[in-house]
Amino acid sequence: MPLSTIIALIPALPLFSSVILILFGGQLSRKVAGRIGAGSVGVAALLTILVGIDFINALPETKSYSVVIWQWLHAGNLSANIAFSLDSLSLVFIFVITFVGFLIHLYSIGFMAKDEGFTRFFAYMNLFVSSMLILVLADNLLLMYLGWEGVGLCSYLLIGFWYKEPANGTAARKAFIITRIGDTAMIIGIFILFLSFGTFNIAELMHLASAKWAIGSSLAVLTAALLLGGALGKSAQLPLQTWLPDAMAGPSPVSALIHAATMVTAGVYLIARTNVLFSLAPIVQTIIAIIGALTLLIAGFSALGQHDLKRILAYSTISQIGYMFLALGVGAYSAAIFHFMIHAFFKALLFLAAGVVILVLNEEHDIFKMGGLRKKMPAVFWTFLIGSASLSALPLVTAGFYSKDAILWFAYSSNTGGIVLWLAGIVGAFLTALYSFRMIFITFFGEAKTEPTFSAGKLMTVPLIILATLSVVGGFIELPASMGNFHLFSNLVKNTLPEVAIKNVEHLEGLFQLISALIASLGIYLAYRFYFKKPTFIEAFNHSRLNRFFEKGFGFDKVYDTVFVKPIVWLAEIDKKDIFDQLNIMLSKLALWGNQILSIAQNGKLRWYLLSFALGIALILTLMLTK
Amino acid sequence: MLTVPVETQLLFAGILFFLGLIGLLVRRNLVFMLLSIEIMFNSAGLVFIIASHHWNQPDGQVMFIFILAVTAVEVAIGLALILQVYHHFKTLDVDKINKLKD
Amino acid sequence: MNIFFYIAAAIAIISTMMAISGRNAIHSLLFLILSLLAISVVFYLLDAPFIAALEVIIYAGAIMVLFIFVTMMLNIGLEQKQEKQWLNPRMWIIPSILAAILLVDLMLALRNMPPAVAGVQQIQPKQVGISLFSTYLLAVEIAAILLMAGVIGAYHLGSQKKKVLHRFLEKK
Repeated sequence: MPLSTIIALIPALPLFSSVILILFGGQLSRKVAGRIGAGSVGVAALLTILVGIDFINALPETKSYSVVIWQWLHAGNLSANIAFSLDSLSLVFIFVITFVGFLIHLYSIGFMAKDEGFTRFFAYMNLFVSSMLILVLADNLLLMYLGWEGVGLCSYLLIGFWYKEPANGTAARKAFIITRIGDTAMIIGIFILFLSFGTFNIAELMHLASAKWAIGSSLAVLTAALLLGGALGKSAQLPLQTWLPDAMAGPSPVSALIHAATMVTAGVYLIARTNVLFSLAPIVQTIIAIIGALTLLIAGFSALGQHDLKRILAYSTISQIGYMFLALGVGAYSAAIFHFMIHAFFKALLFLAAGVVILVLNEEHDIFKMGGLRKKMPAVFWTFLIGSASLSALPLVTAGFYSKDAILWFAYSSNTGGIVLWLAGIVGAFLTALYSFRMIFITFFGEAKTEPTFSAGKLMTVPLIILATLSVVGGFIELPASMGNFHLFSNLVKNTLPEVAIKNVEHLEGLFQLISALIASLGIYLAYRFYFKKPTFIEAFNHSRLNRFFEKGFGFDKVYDTVFVKPIVWLAEIDKKDIFDQLNIMLSKLALWGNQILSIAQNGKLRWYLLSFALGIALILTLMLTK
Repeated sequence: MLTVPVETQLLFAGILFFLGLIGLLVRRNLVFMLLSIEIMFNSAGLVFIIASHHWNQPDGQVMFIFILAVTAVEVAIGLALILQVYHHFKTLDVDKINKLKD
Repeated sequence: MNIFFYIAAAIAIISTMMAISGRNAIHSLLFLILSLLAISVVFYLLDAPFIAALEVIIYAGAIMVLFIFVTMMLNIGLEQKQEKQWLNPRMWIIPSILAAILLVDLMLALRNMPPAVAGVQQIQPKQVGISLFSTYLLAVEIAAILLMAGVIGAYHLGSQKKKVLHRFLEKK
């Protein structure tokens, strides 16, 4: 089978499976539906590995494979094809999407086993996987936007999966509307690009843009800013980050796949893919870095104040993507993508494990009502511990250390970086360690406040173990200069992503690594002191206003509610009777009124009619004769 | 030989017609209204005779004969209808016969 | 000859005015008959003796008599008081104004009349008869059918059949 067909099959298989499940899901048994659902993603993962091996061994001249499936649009000079282009960047992404996706699908067979919407779930998940694959494989912006919108739709469908609960529907709508704001900015950016260059093809656009637009020109800045807007929406960064914590209303596999590993990283992919455009607009890059830094701090603090297990993880996701944006902003593209891959592993692990905990404790989300699960659920405990360690960047043994460390180093050493960004990253690392081990100590240690009702099956624990393994060994493919200088990953993506330009401070790398290791350990230690040993001032802190401020996510929800939501709802209330429809009603009322007026003249009185005759004749004759 | 100008003759016929019209508009009794209609018919016939005299043709008189026939029939039917109205509404006041309204 | 025309015209107009403003139905009808007679004189003066005769015989003699019969049958003349009540002078204003306007219109319309054809003679009944039965034969036939329809209609409309209700609709 030629390589192009295999590449085309990778997004096609989940799509077909989704269509089959949508059309025939009602008639298929759960076993079959689960097998189709998970199997399609599994086969896609296998195909990805095949393609990956082929790609690494026999790299083509243009450093990418192109597959044109068919011509999609052709109107005048606007033409777009259904075409995929596989280079190292998209290879990394499709590997993560299919592989982690497959593990999550396996997990879901066990997780959703008792749910009535089993088949619907897999249909949506497959549709999501297919849309995400289209997004990363697309070779033109229009097809990418198709995938973009597809993942937005599936996110909405899956967040509101348990639609019978109105709060879930509200959360789904909130996610959709907020990402929509970003999407609108993005499509305007795409339009501007098309108007300027007449093509949607990404490679061509990047060529033309670097040829025709000067660095810092207003069009470049505008377009980059608009695309950034789209990325901010999808990746839940400031100021569009409020939807992600509420999106935890969906099932845990959904949170794992969409809101940890894949969809929220679509923004990172976009910026990495169009990096030429961003390098033409340095001010936008600086903004990306600043937004990343701010977001990771704000989300880190917010995570500290949460008591819902999944919301802690949600804010953690926002914070980690902030790291990726920080890396993108200083030009460390390969570090950002590396962190994306590692983050996908441990964040999916954390969400899946949290899902097991919540399911087993009978839908209990509050960590203060959990406890003592270490002895009762050992497998989950150890995998969760490994995931949290990776998240906190525990030095040397976890993959998270290598990826986050790379970002921190480049935040300082890059030409556009600086000590401020590095400080933000370090404080963020401290917070990360603090809140993740807070989570562990409160949930798994101490006395049990809720008893587990059953133990999780193999379908759910095996993916956890696999992901835990990856969270540890995944980092070894990219070792920094001071620790082995093994650059397997960055060599892979060097073809597609530019190298980061660093200042002449390479000798300080070891020092910075030491500091970050110490900070992470300090965070873990303080978590141990505060949340395991439980001194009294923690109780006071838990009830303090600062804690409540953190819990509310720095009050962003409230601000948006007051500024945007309430006025629109108020306007809608005014328009409840549909003002513009009143015009139509006015017309009909006018006709009715005219009828009532005219029917006075039809009173059945003969002499009235005769009088009108005579009047009419008099009038007409007078007019005729005096013309 | 009649040398009255045609305009005067026609004016005479017109005055008769408009008197009938006034009568039709003013009176409330159905029979009187029918009467006024008769006056109008008659004056219309007068116009035809005047025309026949003016152009020296018998056609006008022929037309008058037809008008006469039509008038006769119309009076007969009209009076029969008045009888029916009287027996149904018990009154000949035309203002009371206004069932055909909105 | 003209003077007779003016006198007959005056009589016709005056008696018509009396007819339409009369309180008593019979009086109105009789005034109308008078008016018809005057108009008949005018017809004769207009060289239409046959028509003059027809006017008296048919119009005044048959149609008006029919009116008088129905009036007597319905006893309309007894309601003099009611008529008086209805016919206050205020009622006359608007119709009079309308008629005046129309009269003015008529006079305007009569401004440019073509001159009379020379050589006016009396039109003999024979001429009328020939014209009637040759040129206008079809119209005669139609008029005959019309008269027949009128007869049948008048008979049917005038008959007072006692209303026989179905036994379910009978008023108890």
